[in-house]
Amino acid sequence: MSTVEIDLENWSCPLPLRDYPRVVLGHGGGGQLSAELIENIFLPAFRNAELLTLADSTVLNVPPGRLAFSTDSYVVNPLFFPGGSIGELAVHGTVNDLAMSGARPLYLSAAFILEEGLEIKLLAAIVERMARAAREANVHIVTGDTKVVEKGKADGCFITTAGIGILPEGPFPAPFRAQPGDIVLVSGTLGDHGMTIMSVREGLDFQTTLETDSAPLYDLVAAMMRVSTEIHVLRDPTRGGAASSLNEIAAASKVGIQLEETAVPVRPQVSAACELLGMDPIYVANEGKLIAIVAPQDAAAVLAVMKAHPLGKNSAKIGQITSQHPGMVVAKTSIGATRILPMQIGEQLPRIC
Amino acid sequence: MKYLEEFRDAKGVQGLLAEIRRLVTRPWNLMEVCGGQTHSIIRNGIDQLLPQEIRLIHGPGCPVCVTPLVAIDKALAIASLPNVTFCSFGDMLRVPGSDKDLFRVKSEGGDIRIVYSPLDALKIAQENPERQVVFFAIGFETTAPANAMAVDLAKKRGIKNFSVLVSHVLVPPAIAAIMSSPVNRVQAFLAAGHVCSVMGFWEYPPLAERFHVPIVITGFEPLDVLAGILAAVRQLENGEARVENAYSRVVNFEGNLPAQALLKQVFTIEDRAWRGIGNIPQSGWKLSPAYREYDAETRFSVGEIHTVESPLCHSGEVLQGVIQPTECPAFGRQCTPRTPLGATMVSSEGACAAYYNYGRFAPVSITTAEEPACAT
Repeated sequence: MSTVEIDLENWSCPLPLRDYPRVVLGHGGGGQLSAELIENIFLPAFRNAELLTLADSTVLNVPPGRLAFSTDSYVVNPLFFPGGSIGELAVHGTVNDLAMSGARPLYLSAAFILEEGLEIKLLAAIVERMARAAREANVHIVTGDTKVVEKGKADGCFITTAGIGILPEGPFPAPFRAQPGDIVLVSGTLGDHGMTIMSVREGLDFQTTLETDSAPLYDLVAAMMRVSTEIHVLRDPTRGGAASSLNEIAAASKVGIQLEETAVPVRPQVSAACELLGMDPIYVANEGKLIAIVAPQDAAAVLAVMKAHPLGKNSAKIGQITSQHPGMVVAKTSIGATRILPMQIGEQLPRIC
Repeated sequence: MKYLEEFRDAKGVQGLLAEIRRLVTRPWNLMEVCGGQTHSIIRNGIDQLLPQEIRLIHGPGCPVCVTPLVAIDKALAIASLPNVTFCSFGDMLRVPGSDKDLFRVKSEGGDIRIVYSPLDALKIAQENPERQVVFFAIGFETTAPANAMAVDLAKKRGIKNFSVLVSHVLVPPAIAAIMSSPVNRVQAFLAAGHVCSVMGFWEYPPLAERFHVPIVITGFEPLDVLAGILAAVRQLENGEARVENAYSRVVNFEGNLPAQALLKQVFTIEDRAWRGIGNIPQSGWKLSPAYREYDAETRFSVGEIHTVESPLCHSGEVLQGVIQPTECPAFGRQCTPRTPLGATMVSSEGACAAYYNYGRFAPVSITTAEEPACAT
């Protein structure tokens, strides 16, 4: 048996390498790597008094009133796209869901499911974007969670946010409150986000400048609510687009909705991309637009306020609520005929012919 | 877009409608052959504006609708194989096979990708040499040239892991089959403009003459469709039956000759079964012997396929214009967009789906077994 000489002078314990350039399973293990991820990535970005307690639950000071509570998960691919990223979506999506009840968003939670191998600097960029979006939306991200799954089990990064907001006294907008005679308003061009994602995800080069419309909408909602107490319904038409939101409203309120197709604002480049793929912009997703259903006497004032707001400058009246054909959305076409806008069965698929 | 907007002009539409109303003296049955035209008609509500004497029959020109069940079942079987990446146009994924669709296979672990061009599938094959990449090559003369090009490129580049499942169909034999049917009700055709942009319309004069039927090459925008209808009605009222090109900004007599040459090189004509209609002689393309090695059917042994078509579905008669969708006993009962028995109920512009959606609004007699989708 040969002896091994150990150079004790120069010997050092092989400590684990801490500065991983990519997410490893240990980052979700709850140990030191997890702690470092929180300390180096999440805390500096989201810094606020509630989060810094690092307790198992965060204790919140909430003003008196009614709370709105909402949650959503974000699984977009790619993680970064023209005009935004999954980070902004994860904030805007949930604060907008709160705003659609008329609630002022206050606090968010953020849970990350990370795929082993995700570059740390990419995660840091996503988190930085989330933090900036939260500051702009005037909300605090006060609690969170991180899990890591094996490579191939996720698409880089999934984020779930939940949020609470506070409602003023009085009736609040809800999908069941649309009434015959109400006016349907939209805060801008439709389909921008969905066609942007499609153009980058599918590698379609439209030779144009499509960009997501992702934005927080509470400030716009607050401005609208200052001039009207008769905003009966607010919806942000995300997946399924405006047509799906309107179908949900028609069904919930048991009313018909009559749209003027030529009044629906759509950017020419979105319209052209939809034309190419056989899609209909009114079914394409948005992330920074709202539909408002307003009592007729207040519609002009609300529309004026929307147009005066940076996020509503392309606002338009696109239709009205009717007692005819309850549960259905019907559009008057550009040539003066009508067509049904049914609820889609699944995703809108590009057509062959 | 301005170029398109000009063909959607409401004033122009009114002018053409007035001329059609002025000319028409009795009922006429016109078939728009192409699914793209059906889409435009439904999307813009053109059918509602026409005088009631003009009846539009939605023809067999929807590639999704006429792809036979056996081809769908083969696609499902190949897409289920572990080493296969199966690429398809999006709207094929919801078409029901005998017991499932491609979405279901995908949920069961099949690697199924939506592509916008067969060349995208070829690229996937080049980037993934360890996988077999199959493209579902369906459609009419419009989609066939790109598919032919993908196969030809694969051969030239020596790409061995790419193949196509071919189910191409041809328009002129379908027109002949419809006119030869003893129950035919079609009196004029709006021929498919996109097909003619590839193939020209030199194949049509013999058909117009043989069946004494007007054939008008027609485009897809509202003014195109109405101009096609006007030309067809004018011929019918005058007792004429000739080929007329109402889409001359895109189509000429000869068509795209290089595309036709490539098609002739890559494909050979064979008898082809159409879903719901049955076998139509010399109405399909298969890969020619020189390209047979790229045929997915020969590359993959998917066993004996036994297809089970719903006995309740009358989509074939709908596609031939023999019955209206609402005349099918299953319409709106067992067969809805949520539970389609046939392909015509699958896509929103399929004849049956269009009637279903419109029927819930207009006063046609439908008894639904389930609540309308929007009320659930």
